[in-house]
Amino acid sequence: MTTPVVQARGIVKRYGHVTAIDHSDFELRPGEVLAVIGDNGAGKSSIVKAICGATIPDEGEILIEGKPVKFNSPIEARDMGIEIVYQNLALSPALSIADNMFTGREIRKEGWMGKILRMLDKPAMEKFAREKLTELGLMTVQSIKQPVETLSGGQRQGVAVARAAAFATKFIIMDEPTAALGVKESRKVLELIQDVRARGIPIILISHNMPHVFEVADRIHIHRLGKRLCTIDPKDYTMSDAVAFMTGAKEPPAQDAA
Amino acid sequence: MSEPMTPAQKGQDFEQTLDKSDAKVAAFEVKHHTLLDRIQHLLHNNPTLVPVIVLVISLVAFGIIAGGKFFSAFNLSLILQQVSIIGILAAAQSLIILTAGIDLSVAAIMVLMSVVMGNLAVFAGVPSGIAILAGLAGGVGAGLMNGWFITRVKLPPFITTLGTWSIFYALLLWLSGAQSIRGQDIDTEAPFLKFFGATFNIGGARITLSAVLMIAIFVVLWYMLNKTAWGRHVYAIGDDKEAADLSGIRTDRTLLSVYGLSGFVCALAGWASIGRVGSISPQSFYEGNLDSITAVVIGGISLFGGRGSILGALFGALIVGVFRSGLRMSGVDVLWQVFAIGWLIIIAVAIDQWIRRVSA
Repeated sequence: MTTPVVQARGIVKRYGHVTAIDHSDFELRPGEVLAVIGDNGAGKSSIVKAICGATIPDEGEILIEGKPVKFNSPIEARDMGIEIVYQNLALSPALSIADNMFTGREIRKEGWMGKILRMLDKPAMEKFAREKLTELGLMTVQSIKQPVETLSGGQRQGVAVARAAAFATKFIIMDEPTAALGVKESRKVLELIQDVRARGIPIILISHNMPHVFEVADRIHIHRLGKRLCTIDPKDYTMSDAVAFMTGAKEPPAQDAA
Repeated sequence: MSEPMTPAQKGQDFEQTLDKSDAKVAAFEVKHHTLLDRIQHLLHNNPTLVPVIVLVISLVAFGIIAGGKFFSAFNLSLILQQVSIIGILAAAQSLIILTAGIDLSVAAIMVLMSVVMGNLAVFAGVPSGIAILAGLAGGVGAGLMNGWFITRVKLPPFITTLGTWSIFYALLLWLSGAQSIRGQDIDTEAPFLKFFGATFNIGGARITLSAVLMIAIFVVLWYMLNKTAWGRHVYAIGDDKEAADLSGIRTDRTLLSVYGLSGFVCALAGWASIGRVGSISPQSFYEGNLDSITAVVIGGISLFGGRGSILGALFGALIVGVFRSGLRMSGVDVLWQVFAIGWLIIIAVAIDQWIRRVSA
C-alpha cells in the first residue's frame, strides 16, 4: 500500500472535562476525496482541526507523507502545502480577488523596488490569480481587481477554492463548502472538487449533505463520539446506512484496512 | 476526474432539470441602474471622491462669499499651515481607524513627546538631535503600549486609549510642571526643535516645513498602505479580523506595528508642533484627539475599518481648515464655525453609511 498523505493515530484532545477527540485515528490516501461525516458534536471538525494545526492535540501522533509533524498553528501547516477552505471562507470583502488569493504570501517586485521599498508585484499577482480562476473555469467574474464583496456566494466559494487549489501541494480541507449555497452553485462547487482531485490533490471534505458526500467521496470517514467509527466505501452502502452508523442506529461493519 | 460523468448520471435526480436552466452560474445580472445607483457605485469604488468634491465645492463657495482675498496664495498657504499639525495627527489616526480601532490618545502622545524633547534639549542640555530621537522613540513606545494592551490583553481600543489619554496627559503635566517652555528659551538653547516652523516663499505663498512634512507623511503612508503587503494586511484586519487571521495574516503583529507607527507619527507631529506654535505648551491641542477623528471621518474613512483611503484624511483636514478660514473671512462668529463642523461630521458619516449599502 502507498504511504497515506495523512495518518493520525490515537489523537486525544480534552477541553477540561470534555473529551472532544477520544483516541481517534484518521487516514487520507493519495488522490482521494475523503468525506468526514458525523452527528453534531461528534468531533469531526475537532479531528480535522488537529490535523491542520488549528488545535494542538494532547496525545497521539500525526504523520504527513510518513513523516511525524507537530503543528503549532495553521500557518505552519500552510507552509507545508496544506490548505483549508473555511466555512466562512476567510476572505476580506473589501479587498480584490487578487489581493485575497495572496493574503499572507504576497509577491514582491524583483530588485530594489521589492527589497527596499517592499513594493508588491500586482501585475504578477493578478496574472496568477486570473490563470488559476480560468483553470477552474471561474473566469466569469468581470475583473480580477473587483472587491470580493461584489461577488455572489458561489463565486466567493470559487475564489476560496481556487486559492486553496493554487497553493496546496499536500492536500485541501474543505469545511461544509456547499452549506450556504443554492442548488446550481453547489453543483459548481462539487465540480470544482472533482477538478481538484483530477489534479492529484487529495481533499478532506467535511459535510452534512449526504447526497453531495455520496456523489464525490471515494471513502467516507464516519465519526462518532469523538473517534473514528469506521470508514466505508460509498459504493457498498446507502445513505441510510451511513446515517444509521453515524447516529448509532446500526452497528458498523467490521473494519478491514485501518 | 476519474470517470467523466454523462449528463444523465450527473448529480441528483432533482438536479436533472438544471441542464435546461440558465447556464450562467456566476454571471452578473445586467441591471439598468438609475443615476443615483451609478453615483453610489462610483463612490463605493472611489471613497476619496466625496471629500475631494466637498473640498472643491467649499473652496468655490467661500471664494464667492468671502471674495478674492480668500483665494490668494497667502490665504491658501495659511490654511495649509493651520491644518498641518492636526493633519499629521489625522494621518496617525487613519492608520488606527483603518484597522477598525480608534485612538483617543494621539494628541496626548504628541504633546507629551514635545515636552520630552523640550525638557531634554532646553533644560537637560542634551543635543537637540538626540532629544528629538528620544521623543520619536518615546512616541513609538507609547503607541506600542496601546498596541500591547489591545493585542495581548485584548482590551477594546476605545477603552485602552481612553485610559492612556489620561495617563499620558498626567505624565506631560508632571514632566512640564504645567509650565510652558518659552519660545525664547528654545531659540537660544535648541533652535533645531523649531525646524518645522521654518518657511519658504513660492509666488506669494508662505509654505511652512510642517505643511511639507504633513504632505510627505501622507504620501509615504499612502504608499505603504496601497503598495505593500503590510498595507493590504492592515485593510484586511479592519475588514474582518477573524478572516484575516484564518487567511494566514499574523494579525496581532500587524496591529502592534500599526500602533507603533501611529505613535511615531504622533511624535513627529509633536516635533512639528514646536515650530508651528513657537513654544511648548502642555495645554495645547487638548482637543487634538477629537479634531483628528473629525478629519478622518470627513475624509470618508469608515469608522468600522477597512474602507477608505488615507488621502481622504488629508482632504478631511483641509476641508475643516477651509471651513474655519472661509467662515472667519465671511465674518461669521466662531460658534457657527463649530456648528458647521458638527454638521459636516454627521453628513460625512451618513454618506459613508449610504455608500456601504451599495447593492450589486
